[in-house]
Amino acid sequence: MKAVCWMGVGKMSVETVPDPEILNRRDAIVRITSTCICGSDLHLYNGFIPTMEQGDIMGHEFMGEVVEVGAGVDRDKLKIGDRVVVPFTIACGNCFFCKRELWSCCDNSNPNYWMAEKLLGSSPSGLFGYTHMIGGYAGGQAQYARVPFADVGPLKIPEGIPDDKVVFLSDIFPTGYFGALNADIKPGDTVAIWGCGPVAQFAIRSAFMLGAERVIAIDRFDYRLRLAEEGGAETINYEQVGDVVEP
Amino acid sequence: MAGGSLTLLGLSRRSASGLALAAAGGALVYAGARTKLPDHFEAASSLLLNCTPEEAFRLWRNFKDLPLFMYRLESVTQIGDGRYRWIAAGPFGSPLRWDAEIVDERQNELIAWRSLPDSEIEVDGYVKFRPAPAGRGTLVIARVLYRPPGGAAARAVAKMLGKDPKFMMRQDLRRFKALIETGEIPTIDGQTHGPRSVATAAMRLADPDRPIRGDAEMREILNAKRRIA
Repeated sequence: MKAVCWMGVGKMSVETVPDPEILNRRDAIVRITSTCICGSDLHLYNGFIPTMEQGDIMGHEFMGEVVEVGAGVDRDKLKIGDRVVVPFTIACGNCFFCKRELWSCCDNSNPNYWMAEKLLGSSPSGLFGYTHMIGGYAGGQAQYARVPFADVGPLKIPEGIPDDKVVFLSDIFPTGYFGALNADIKPGDTVAIWGCGPVAQFAIRSAFMLGAERVIAIDRFDYRLRLAEEGGAETINYEQVGDVVEP
Repeated sequence: MAGGSLTLLGLSRRSASGLALAAAGGALVYAGARTKLPDHFEAASSLLLNCTPEEAFRLWRNFKDLPLFMYRLESVTQIGDGRYRWIAAGPFGSPLRWDAEIVDERQNELIAWRSLPDSEIEVDGYVKFRPAPAGRGTLVIARVLYRPPGGAAARAVAKMLGKDPKFMMRQDLRRFKALIETGEIPTIDGQTHGPRSVATAAMRLADPDRPIRGDAEMREILNAKRRIA
């Protein structure tokens, strides 16, 4: 298959690599139909996060069709032919944290936990395509991906919903939603959001979902501000206006 | 030191290429290893498991399954009278063998074992299972003491344990935890990847699945070229 590989700092290339295989009983193989580049892939591209290796397959925001499942996968939860969005955190579903739905803290999914403990104090869950210290799992900027603990994370998508309406459930929509959630928005609130990049676009929409009356979006790029307006926000281009605070 | 590292790297890979690498370092380490060997090696660690003491006890007590999560063990076989033959992967592919008996056993609480007097190395160990407070699972506490008689056997054990016995036990317990909680041991060994660099490929050959030491310096981890599938 073809896959986007990290080939060194500032070097990415599409390489032909072996197709992924089932390695554990609870693995599945997904044929990828849509995949994304994340802003945090830039940290790897620019070499800010250690323990990448030349040849590592990138990508942690992807979706596709299940084409193979391991013997240990619960068939009531996932079977061949299912369309799924794959969350970027790999969670076992059985540990203390998973039982409390704190998937990103999974105790078991990072085989290189010791590297993360040394650098971060304790280890998060394994992630797709995001350094060896956070699992070393091959990512989803590829034609196929191996998904461990496949009956826990993947979200099944009903037929009739196109990829571009759901692919952002893997990471960026939850990230924006989480930001809005942390702001403890109550119905009727006015919410200001500084910066209108992709995460903010989802934060804007999440703020309305959580009951905000007005969302004021602030940026200096018109194309971002236009997207924010499409999401219902009032916008301010801070390079074009002076003091916006009313006396 | 270079010879020792090379040998240990090679030994961790149970394959021809690994052994070749080990052999390359062997000559260097042979001279160096004859001096200043500790007379025992202690491997101890503890971990919280999301299961009952009964479940943890049952998996551990089934000694023949210990190699499932203790990767250096090749087999544990019952030889009668509550005695077991343990075989571990030693240096240069030569197995380390010892016979042990259970000296104390309390259902769902404790298993303690001790090697028999005529063993070529002494290996005494125990594992305890304690219910964690507030129903939060089970605390497993394991400790194994290796005491080689000296000479060639001591060197063999030193090589087997040279990567930090405490870290080795922690790795074993992490795998035990994953196995009991999820039914499998997470891995990236054998997964697909793009072209590796020559340096990475060499390190991969040398040490496919284990860090050199658990107490590695930050700098070594930042330069980690290990555990690369």
